[in-house]
Amino acid sequence: MSHTTVQVQNVSLSFGGVKALTDVSITVSSDEIFAIIGPNGAGKTALLNCISGFYRPQVGEVYLYGKKITGLRPDRIARLGIARTFQNIGLYTGLSTLDNIMAARHVFMKQNFLTSALYFGWSRKEEIAHRKTVEEIIDFLEMQSIRKQIVGTLPYGLRKRVELGRALALEPKVLLLDEPMAGMTLEEKEDIARFILDVFEGQGDTYPDSPVLRDGVRSIVMIEHDMGVVMDLADRIAVLNFGRKIAEGTPAQIQSDPDVIKAYLGEPGQPG
Amino acid sequence: MRHFSSSFAHSYGQDMALLRTRTQWLLLVVFLAFIFTVPRWASNSFLTLATVIGITIVSAQGLNILTGNCGLVSMGHSAFMMVGGYAMAILTSQLGLPFVLAVPVAGLVAGVVGTIFGLPSLRIKGFYLIMATVAAYFIIHWLVLQFRQLTGGTEGMALPPADLFGWSIRSRENYFYVVIVTAIIATLVAKNILRTRIGRAFVAIRDNDLAAEAMGVNLFRYKLQAFFLGNIFAGVAGALSVQYYAFANVEQFPFFDSVWLLGMLIVGGMGSVSGVIYGVIAIKLLQQLAVKIGPSLAEIVNPQAAVGLSLILPSIAIILFLIFAPRGISHLWERVRNYYQLWPY
Ligand SMILES: Nc1ncnc2c1ncn2[C@@H]1O[C@H](COP(=O)(O)OP(=O)(O)OP(=O)(O)O)[C@@H](O)[C@H]1O
Ligand SMILES: [Mg+2]
Repeated sequence: MSHTTVQVQNVSLSFGGVKALTDVSITVSSDEIFAIIGPNGAGKTALLNCISGFYRPQVGEVYLYGKKITGLRPDRIARLGIARTFQNIGLYTGLSTLDNIMAARHVFMKQNFLTSALYFGWSRKEEIAHRKTVEEIIDFLEMQSIRKQIVGTLPYGLRKRVELGRALALEPKVLLLDEPMAGMTLEEKEDIARFILDVFEGQGDTYPDSPVLRDGVRSIVMIEHDMGVVMDLADRIAVLNFGRKIAEGTPAQIQSDPDVIKAYLGEPGQPG
Repeated sequence: MRHFSSSFAHSYGQDMALLRTRTQWLLLVVFLAFIFTVPRWASNSFLTLATVIGITIVSAQGLNILTGNCGLVSMGHSAFMMVGGYAMAILTSQLGLPFVLAVPVAGLVAGVVGTIFGLPSLRIKGFYLIMATVAAYFIIHWLVLQFRQLTGGTEGMALPPADLFGWSIRSRENYFYVVIVTAIIATLVAKNILRTRIGRAFVAIRDNDLAAEAMGVNLFRYKLQAFFLGNIFAGVAGALSVQYYAFANVEQFPFFDSVWLLGMLIVGGMGSVSGVIYGVIAIKLLQQLAVKIGPSLAEIVNPQAAVGLSLILPSIAIILFLIFAPRGISHLWERVRNYYQLWPY
């Protein structure tokens, strides 16, 4: 039985005079890949920011498992089980791949000043335990060779992959991906698409130390411009245009929706 | 493919160890043995220099946590050394606390005061935060002079001679050992904090505070923790300093020291724990060099220009590093090691 994970209810958000979102509602279930598409500036990222707590909508509410999360700080929302990636990559550029992902284990670790300062014994044991989980994520995303590399020096496609790994290390119930394939080569896109599907499906006992890989993330919200990818991966799609939701449905429904076609082809005199 | 197939715990533990080979251990032991012989052969002035370097390392390790790793640039570090110094003076002379207790308590006092002055960091960033920490220095300086009854005002205050479990540490030689052991402990503690959960959260905030927040890091809590931790080191260093001179006054902690401490981080390599040691030694040696060649220079150029040398020499070094080696000595050293294929020995 699937149930609702994230629910966005009648959300409106404006910056000064700019209306980024107008009365947008979406409901994501615990068993789907949900895609958000729309032209540039349609409000897709803004919607994700409302869910993860970076923006607080002026009107409307956001719920997680029926519990209101509107207005909570982003770190609180992360702890409740929502992880995300950023459109422009938000890695810790000075840390290695390994440490970027280890940093995300933060919420599960219990070290404090004193145990950290002493290191030996308890703290070291905890480092090792979480290192196991992180190494499984590195294996899963095939990043063994860049494990110790500083991420600032990695090529774009790999950085996106590290960011996905970092989000997974948070063991989220809901995964928000903001254009995970933007700017990638076809080959890289295929890799990421496969990883997203594998994450969604779960890998069973191949990864015993990473619950998130074992059980999968069964609720993924993804913004993506590449229609081919969206049609392949998504179970349902919401289309935004000028801050409004103009359509929602299965890939087949969206493909034949006249409003969507109009928005994408653009009307004369309108930016698109 | 698994890299460490057999015993996970054992292999990861080894992978995370600071010293991985016998050669590294050997080098460390030789280095420490050398350090501990310093009082046997060093001149008075050299021993003083070595002691001051040790104290400065303690302080700079704190600034490296706060600024080098959490990215919160503080120009108030010498003020928090001052807080630790005066706390030490008051605790020992008025309350009669023994040295071993007074030093950590002085550190905690500076940590708490530092946390209070760190509160603006939750609202302001970058340049504006730097200005707030400059203000913090002058507010603290002013407060110390205002509370004359407690601090002795401009006259300063004397400290009673110190013992360590009955062992007198009044002599320069013995005090040097105390300082060096403290510097080693401070360095280890800094390294351990920075290579675990708290340290990674600090760097996360430095490199991308929005992402850190999205990954569950409470910015409010961690920025304050960085101020708390970083200034504990400052406080301990201040305490060691006043006990060394058996006297506390405000001139011991000039504003300019805060600037030099930042320079030391730049020269050593921002964020690097070992870099702190290189940076402190490099700047202190340059300052000493200027003092040594200043008098002979004064005969050639005008005396005032010679006095300025102790400011100019280290400043030039900092500028050169910023231009040619912005990642400092620690990174240069790494490159040399890689070049000669010595790593991991
Ligand atoms: N912090 C902000 N301040 C002011 N305006 C903003 C802010 N964030 C978003 N906007 C505005 O809100 C609108 C929606 O932006 P958003 O980033 O959500 O678009 P998008 O659909 O993600 O576009 P893209 O495909 O280019 O990423 C735009 O007009 C944008 O300028
Ligand atoms: Mg966007």
